Amino acid sequence: MAVVTGDSRGLRLAVRYLVLALVGTIFLFPLIFMVMSSFKPTAQLLSDTSSLRAFLPVGDISLDNYFAAFRRAPIGLFVFNSVFITVVTVVASLFLCSLAAFSFVYMNWKGSGLLLSIMLATLIIPFETIAIPLLLFVSRLPWIGLDGLEFGWLNTYRVQIIPWIADALTVFLFVQYFKDLPRELIEAARVEGATWWQIYRRVVMPLAGPVIATAAILKSLKMYNEQYLWPLIVVQDEAHRPIMVGLGYFFQLNVVWGEVMAYLSLITVPVLAFYLILQRAFIASIASTGVKG
Amino acid sequence: MAHVSLKGVCKSFGRTEVIKGVDIEIEDGEFVVFVGPSGCGKSTLLRMIAGLEDITAGTLEIAGKVVNDVPPKDRGIAMVFQTYAIFPHMTVRENVAFGLTINGVPKAEKAEKVAEAARILQMEHLLDRRPSELSGGQRQRVAIGRAIVRDPAVFLFDEPLSNLDAALRMDMRLEIGKLHQDLGATMVYVTHDQVEAMTLADKIVVLKDGEVMQVGSPMELYHHPANLFVAGFLGAPSMNFISVETQAVSDGRARVTNAALDPIEVSTTGRDIQTGSKAILGVRPQYLVPSATPSEGMLHGNVLLTERLGAETVVEVGLKDGTRVIAALGEDRVLEPGIEIGLGFDPAQAHLFAEA
Repeated sequence: MAVVTGDSRGLRLAVRYLVLALVGTIFLFPLIFMVMSSFKPTAQLLSDTSSLRAFLPVGDISLDNYFAAFRRAPIGLFVFNSVFITVVTVVASLFLCSLAAFSFVYMNWKGSGLLLSIMLATLIIPFETIAIPLLLFVSRLPWIGLDGLEFGWLNTYRVQIIPWIADALTVFLFVQYFKDLPRELIEAARVEGATWWQIYRRVVMPLAGPVIATAAILKSLKMYNEQYLWPLIVVQDEAHRPIMVGLGYFFQLNVVWGEVMAYLSLITVPVLAFYLILQRAFIASIASTGVKG
Repeated sequence: MAHVSLKGVCKSFGRTEVIKGVDIEIEDGEFVVFVGPSGCGKSTLLRMIAGLEDITAGTLEIAGKVVNDVPPKDRGIAMVFQTYAIFPHMTVRENVAFGLTINGVPKAEKAEKVAEAARILQMEHLLDRRPSELSGGQRQRVAIGRAIVRDPAVFLFDEPLSNLDAALRMDMRLEIGKLHQDLGATMVYVTHDQVEAMTLADKIVVLKDGEVMQVGSPMELYHHPANLFVAGFLGAPSMNFISVETQAVSDGRARVTNAALDPIEVSTTGRDIQTGSKAILGVRPQYLVPSATPSEGMLHGNVLLTERLGAETVVEVGLKDGTRVIAALGEDRVLEPGIEIGLGFDPAQAHLFAEA
């Protein structure tokens, strides 16, 4: 039988760390390239790409690209729009999707299984196939606002928020998690006299921390990073544009890559901060719910 | 306190009928235990009383009111679950007070009731802990505490001790017995453990395949089992069954024998036993006694196995007709495997059943 010595264990550990460091570096390179390039003039940025200098803060380093980026686009407004749309959508989505899942799992109403299956089937429909019908739909929808009744949701925050609240993936995550909670907890609460709402609020949701974290992170990343096509077609005014549409400001006749990199660095900051703060919860929740993003 | 009455109660899941017309009367303050093997429907029956399962047919009354369609919270019941079902994100105090909190009971009254329950269950020092910091027995006590504070008409226990280790199970069993004495409440208790059933119950309901086999006091069931199932289910080790032939039947007594059994007369009370028919003779292991001198009704065989337990010796004997029987001797005896042995018994302690 082979004997595992302290030395061979150390060697194995060293190899493991080396591989992890290598993979980590490969993933980190684009990020480093983006940040470093944002400090360089376009000519140097392009010439540096043929060497490792592309990843180092060398040559003509300045914040000029950042100043230029701020002059070119209202970055603060775009970041605010994206953060606002993301936060409202995620909060509303967590609330409504968890309620739907609660009903599917615990309330045993007729047809609930069929409806859940139909809803999950919508996961396979690509958004691009419904974008135009949805556009026609929202362009005629009524809304009662401060100015009274109006028609058409275009050029608003709500058109970027409401269609994204109900989400089959989020419902599915909650359904799976709720199914794994001991049923006796719900039954005990029922015997004690709790209403369905009380069971949801006082028993189920306080125990749903891991799935809330998972769903919140997945939804936030989707709303912040991937919202491009929909806002592009439903928002024409600058006041409601999110960051990804804002990127278009930098791809006009003359592309200044340094400014593009500066813009990308700026809009990446909130995501990185969000991820770093919630990193532990994110990893724990991915581990406990068995979901990969 | 409340009277609970089940009349012709049935339950089906799809086409599968799991409870088949059950009639049970539970008196005020009575401790009733439902026992039976796994899948006999005892937990389903309890959940039907709790309102956690619908009743397919029949009537369920609690305190004189038909409650078939009444939600669990309005039935005046409290339930203790096998898995405790205490809320892991709440302290013991919050758990015990849960029902009071959601029903809007004033703070002072709530605190008083929680303190009283904690005193009864001797868990005052645990009130600010979380369930994860408690042992299994302590968790079960919290679950019982949650039931007590609601002052229910009927307590329902669904195998509350089966997740505990043997020593703790005995302690908790005694505590539940004492709780019943102190509160005098109606209690319905489900278990597959016959020791719990025998020690706690005023009345035992033995169930099999969704049907009631017998209802009665523990001793009534032990000494006068209605059928082979009840006879075999209650008592440890289980009752020995020996296939016999009936030589003569008269005046409520039958003379029986077989290849390993010297003829003996036993009572046939209430059984349909005919002369010349086959029957089953049942004798509990505790009533079999080794005897050197031939006597009426002696069983002849060879020792197969001996288990010496100190104060008791359990002997497995292979009878001459091929049947294996167990004798539980109330003393420490050395009986070598293979030796011939004669086992005598008091015919008054034997039961005769018609062969199925």
